[in-house]
Amino acid sequence: MAEPLTMAMPDLQLGLSPAQPLVRFNLRCREADVAACSEALRLDLPTRPCTSAENGGRSALWLGPDEWLILTSDQDDPSSHLTATMGDRFFSWVDIRARQVGLVLTGPESARRLNTGCPLDLDLKAFPIGMCTRTVFAKAEIVLWRREVQSFHIEVWRSFAPYLKGMLAAAG
Amino acid sequence: MLIITCPYCGPRPEIEFSHGGEAHIARPLNPAALNADQWTDFLYLRTNTKGVHAERWRHLHGCARFFNALRDTTTDKILTTYRTGAPRPDLEGLTP
Repeated sequence: MAEPLTMAMPDLQLGLSPAQPLVRFNLRCREADVAACSEALRLDLPTRPCTSAENGGRSALWLGPDEWLILTSDQDDPSSHLTATMGDRFFSWVDIRARQVGLVLTGPESARRLNTGCPLDLDLKAFPIGMCTRTVFAKAEIVLWRREVQSFHIEVWRSFAPYLKGMLAAAG
Repeated sequence: MLIITCPYCGPRPEIEFSHGGEAHIARPLNPAALNADQWTDFLYLRTNTKGVHAERWRHLHGCARFFNALRDTTTDKILTTYRTGAPRPDLEGLTP
């Protein structure tokens, strides 16, 4: 599915650009099955709150005690391998690539701009590189993931993306 | 803005949370056996405590998990939070 029109071009002044094409899944599984899921995905699913893990283009972001956001590259779909490996264990694996878009916000002003709508402490000590969490930005729910000191990956529902961009632009 | 400590994610701003009513209300195991008054009691009647109140909260825009909190309804101070399923903590150990 095409990205929303307003998101197609990077906004250099704002330091906001669409993330590289990603496939997104929402994974829910029981604590006892985390190890099996990790093995099937070739990813150590993070169990410490608000942390992330990466391996060869695949990333797992902790969203809740039994919930992860899995990001993979465009050509890489672990669905069939996961389903085959997990057998008759219960888990939930939902393809959400059409639901949300990824944006990358970079630049020395990125944390300040985010803080105009997001009340979290984005100081490097409180929100280190690799930390991720679901939170709010103004009236939109986002998943915020710090990739570098001045670079954030934002996952937002696609219909909220123009709103998010507008609010970030209004932050100056 | 209030800071509420989620038992999973730690201290977070209040706008990420939603309130879920009084805690520790168990659904009757056999609703069919209840008469109308007992059912009304379960559905609608709450303690409306002035003072320390055990209530459910949900970290809606975070880990999305429900948890319980002890909140003083006169001061709006949240004394402690604990996971769903855990017993109500003793107040003695909480008073500063």
